[in-house]
Amino acid sequence: LLKIEAALNTFHHKLCCCCFSSPRLFLPHQVMKTCHKMGIQTVAVHSDVDASAVHVKMANEAVCVGPAPTSKSYLNMDAIMDAVRATGAQAVHPGYGFLSENKEFAKRLAAEGVAFIGPDTYALQAMGDKIESKLIAKAATVNTIPGYDGVVKTVEEAVKISQDIGYPVMIKASAGGGGKGMRIAWNDEETREGFRFSSQEAASSFGDDRLLIEKFIDNPRHIEIQVLADKHGNALWLNERECSIQRRNQKVVEEAPSTFLDAATRRAMGEQAVQLAKAVQYSSAGTVEFLVDSNKNFYFLEMNTRLQVEHPITECITGLDLVEQMIRVAKGYKLQHKQEDIPINGWAIESRVYAEDPYKSFGLPSIGRLSRYQEPLNLSNVRVDSGIQEGSDISIYYDPMISKLVTYGATRAEALASMEDALDNYVIRGVTHNISLLREIITHPRFISGDISTNFLPEVYPDGFKGHQLEADSRRELLAAAAALHITAQLRSQRRAPSVATRCPCVKVEVDGQWNLASPLLPLAINGTHRMLQCLSRDASGKIVLQYLGTSFKVRVLSKLAAQLNSYMPEKVPEDTSSLLRSPMPGAVVTVSVKPGDSVAEGQEICVIEAMKMQNSLTAARQAKVKSVHCKPGETVGEGDLLVELE
Amino acid sequence: MAAFTAALRSGALINGLRASFRTLPPVKYGAVAAAVPPTNLPRGCRWSSASALSVKERIDHKRKTALCGGGQHRIDAQHKKGKLTARERVELLLDPESFVESDMFVEHRCSDFGMEQDGNKFPGDSVVTGRGRINGRLVYVFSQDFTVFGGSLSGAHAQKICKIMDQAMMVGAPVIGLNDSGGARIQEGVESLAGYADIFLRNVMASGVVPQISLIMGPCAGGAVYSPALTDFTFMVKDTSYLFITGPDVVKSVTNEDVTQEELGGAKTHTTVSGVAHHAFEDDVEALLNVREFFNFLPLSNQDAAPIRECHDRSDRLVHSLDTIVPFETTKAYDMLDIVHATVDESDFFEIMPNYAKNIVVGFARMNGRTVGIVGNQPKVASGCLDINSSVKGARFVRFCDAFNIPIITFVDVPGFLPGTAQEYGGIIRHGAKLLYAFAEATVPKITVITRKAYGGAYDVMSSKHLRGDVNYAWPTAEVAVMGAKGAVQIIFRGKENQAEAEAEYVEKFANPFPAALRGFVDDIIEPSTTRRRICRDLEVLASKKQLNPWKKHANIPL
Repeated sequence: LLKIEAALNTFHHKLCCCCFSSPRLFLPHQVMKTCHKMGIQTVAVHSDVDASAVHVKMANEAVCVGPAPTSKSYLNMDAIMDAVRATGAQAVHPGYGFLSENKEFAKRLAAEGVAFIGPDTYALQAMGDKIESKLIAKAATVNTIPGYDGVVKTVEEAVKISQDIGYPVMIKASAGGGGKGMRIAWNDEETREGFRFSSQEAASSFGDDRLLIEKFIDNPRHIEIQVLADKHGNALWLNERECSIQRRNQKVVEEAPSTFLDAATRRAMGEQAVQLAKAVQYSSAGTVEFLVDSNKNFYFLEMNTRLQVEHPITECITGLDLVEQMIRVAKGYKLQHKQEDIPINGWAIESRVYAEDPYKSFGLPSIGRLSRYQEPLNLSNVRVDSGIQEGSDISIYYDPMISKLVTYGATRAEALASMEDALDNYVIRGVTHNISLLREIITHPRFISGDISTNFLPEVYPDGFKGHQLEADSRRELLAAAAALHITAQLRSQRRAPSVATRCPCVKVEVDGQWNLASPLLPLAINGTHRMLQCLSRDASGKIVLQYLGTSFKVRVLSKLAAQLNSYMPEKVPEDTSSLLRSPMPGAVVTVSVKPGDSVAEGQEICVIEAMKMQNSLTAARQAKVKSVHCKPGETVGEGDLLVELE
Repeated sequence: MAAFTAALRSGALINGLRASFRTLPPVKYGAVAAAVPPTNLPRGCRWSSASALSVKERIDHKRKTALCGGGQHRIDAQHKKGKLTARERVELLLDPESFVESDMFVEHRCSDFGMEQDGNKFPGDSVVTGRGRINGRLVYVFSQDFTVFGGSLSGAHAQKICKIMDQAMMVGAPVIGLNDSGGARIQEGVESLAGYADIFLRNVMASGVVPQISLIMGPCAGGAVYSPALTDFTFMVKDTSYLFITGPDVVKSVTNEDVTQEELGGAKTHTTVSGVAHHAFEDDVEALLNVREFFNFLPLSNQDAAPIRECHDRSDRLVHSLDTIVPFETTKAYDMLDIVHATVDESDFFEIMPNYAKNIVVGFARMNGRTVGIVGNQPKVASGCLDINSSVKGARFVRFCDAFNIPIITFVDVPGFLPGTAQEYGGIIRHGAKLLYAFAEATVPKITVITRKAYGGAYDVMSSKHLRGDVNYAWPTAEVAVMGAKGAVQIIFRGKENQAEAEAEYVEKFANPFPAALRGFVDDIIEPSTTRRRICRDLEVLASKKQLNPWKKHANIPL
């Protein structure tokens, strides 16, 4: 490896690498690390809101390509081409999302003699289009899902095709990926609705409203194969990633390898993936996604011609630096490895830490400023890929991902234990995050036994995610910890040395720890068990919010006297909200379907809010007459803002 | 007091008395006469004539009676309203078993309207007074007892309060008043009014000597409101406390306005509209526990230094989030509270008047354990400009800190004073002068951090070097100038063609900290992340600061 780096240095010491990507900017961060390791100069392009992002600081040069909306910055090809010219960059790493799979962009780069770090335009074109990719896959004898291959133009056509295939069907944007513009329909009515939403979303996200429809495989696993190919016709498969834990078709927890595949299935999938890569003369790193049913039948889903968000877990178990491999391939080197050299060493898990409220349909975006942010990097076998830092703003303009948290272990159990610790030690303040959901997933018996599918979340939490459910013991632990914390703070005010042992009703719970009232982390030994709690807030009246086992709990600690007197205090009645429709998340109003005086039925759509490129239809909670409308299309609204009032 | 006398003269208060009298019982606002329950005790039951009982038994009996206030059914009624009794409040406010009561045997001396009957005498009358400790620190407390004549103020009641206030002044300890009183005891007439005045006088004498805190936990109406108004801090309990000169009935009869008790003088009104109260809490328990916490910030008297608490937050902690907090666009807002929370110990900030004149942020925090007063312009609200309300809010806070040796840290991002007829007619000139006056006369350690804009006269006002700021810092984003680029260019280059170029020149010259720094008006331009470390170090040095203003009888602040 050293020799190759040296070789690259001699050839490329003037090569610039122009990276841009999802504004949470994990990848540029990593690309720059690798480039700097390889002695390559880097240029970062960024939108004006990302001017102080980490990747911009890491780069040797930085160019601002426009204002926050992606269509004016990260999707603005002209501005990016100007930046490439101005800085004299010799190659462009497109990151993921945005232009990474845009054939037009690759063409324009090629025309200027700038290398595109990724597959060539033919492969991009072939695989970037879901309809075409399916045809090619079929031709390359890759298993595919029954469905309609072609552009669906009208609603009625969509309904007819769906009926032919047989419900359930999946409607998705031809150009899309990552769950955007993707809907499942179980009947004609849902097909119509899905068609409308998917084409709108496809148009707003990809500028291409073509759709395709295919058979929806119920209860499948989502398993993907990482491939790596060079420009000399060589291709390797770098094992699988299990990405079945999803919500709204977006991945939440991924692991490599999969608990489900045996060696034969793995080989069969790997070989088909390589066949497909070769069929399109693929070069660079890519991912072939499969759906796998309970009988280990697998079907080709799509091929992603870019580095995936979850690529670090493959790096963990194979020991390869995929970014480095991509740069090598782009420069025309042959692959260094043979298929039999690719190992599976240990187990890696990735949790996607999102700025989302997991209590609302497993995650609705939240925004804010990271007032406190501390990654659990002090733990071993933990890798955190993030492009943010304390003080960063999470805005409504892009994906709400905070980081990719990866843990590694010799066994799956080890990797999971590390993940548990890492989640407990992760300090995020200022935005709502999904640590509680992640921790519940990775400690759930079904997940631990490997019994998962893409329906894992709705099956395990049919009534929605409600946080960790406390049992008698854990409840006592929590209360004891809160009481000990409160007492420590009280004693400090009296300037006495803290002593800690608290008594819950009837049961004595020993709490021991190094009490630092300034630290967000509370390492405690509760009855001898080591627990990492986090104090989210505490006030003088004994209201304490603790993060315990991933979930935040509100606790009230009162002295005996105060508790007794508190029984006289009246319950404060919260405002009746059934007649108020409030925005569940920050975003922009797309349409408002009602006006004052209209009658609405229960479940009828009232308005549509778009946030982070997702359109969310808000419906009436009950039958009522519309009293007033407080928003109009195009307006930006905050979480909790009043949109429509019913009578 | 001006308003009080005016009210008297206009008869509003008298109306209040009459109105209340008519509607008795139950207890109303303004002033109160408790209904005199017919006593059916036989004459022979009078303790004075029952010589069979020993003195000791009589003492025990009186004490027992005193502890019951107005009797169980009134205590139950109090609880039913979601309110605690006077004694429960004292018990919760003070450290366990620290309360030392005084004047438990005092009774009212009224003999009119049947008040002389035994059934109308309650040992201790309608207030509980004494001293105790909060986290071991001495405090004097009075707690009005609504269960006795609706907490109405008799001569004896006032005398009890005055006694503990005199003692508090003598030993140098704060006074906390827990107000829950229907008003004057009408049966006592002028004696009751005299009682109020005695308390007012002591409030004024104690002002700036010992901290005085009022916690309004029930009605407080008529002349009674002026005692809380004279104290340093007035806190209220949501939904159960009211402060007004005259109640809704009188308002209706005089001005024909329909207004509820809550709208007229509830916690929301006074913490958001009038600025009379400094904070509101959800209920009695929360209020009392929070006052305990608040008390930790205060010195016991003007002879004490700002208290220092054990600190777990490193004083040299770098705050990286501050490096990116000020947006690049000078017109974009950010939250000054984020800066405050990130800078102070443990993000622990007790904000004063968080919902009133929100364009200025004031409150108490600690730096390396030492209490400090924080003043900051809030760019999020009205661009952080100074207007009448924010100037008055800031001025009063600064003067409190100065009176009680609490160092002041000022974060400046101010585009100027708010223009407009509403402000000019309202007297922004004399009100703005209050904040200027307060900062200028303050002799406690003053540290100023200019985070962004410091424009015009408002720059001078906000604890500038020129007003004896001890340490004045600028962040690299600071702009100290007479005004923003656009306005300035229109004046300097009036009629010139290339305004954009002129504007760029102006920005280059003035929209940065250099003009102020090279004249020594700011001591240093610092990296925002080092702000906490710098301030903590400076406070160590300034702890021994000594500065005296010229002798005067008292200063003449533009009121």
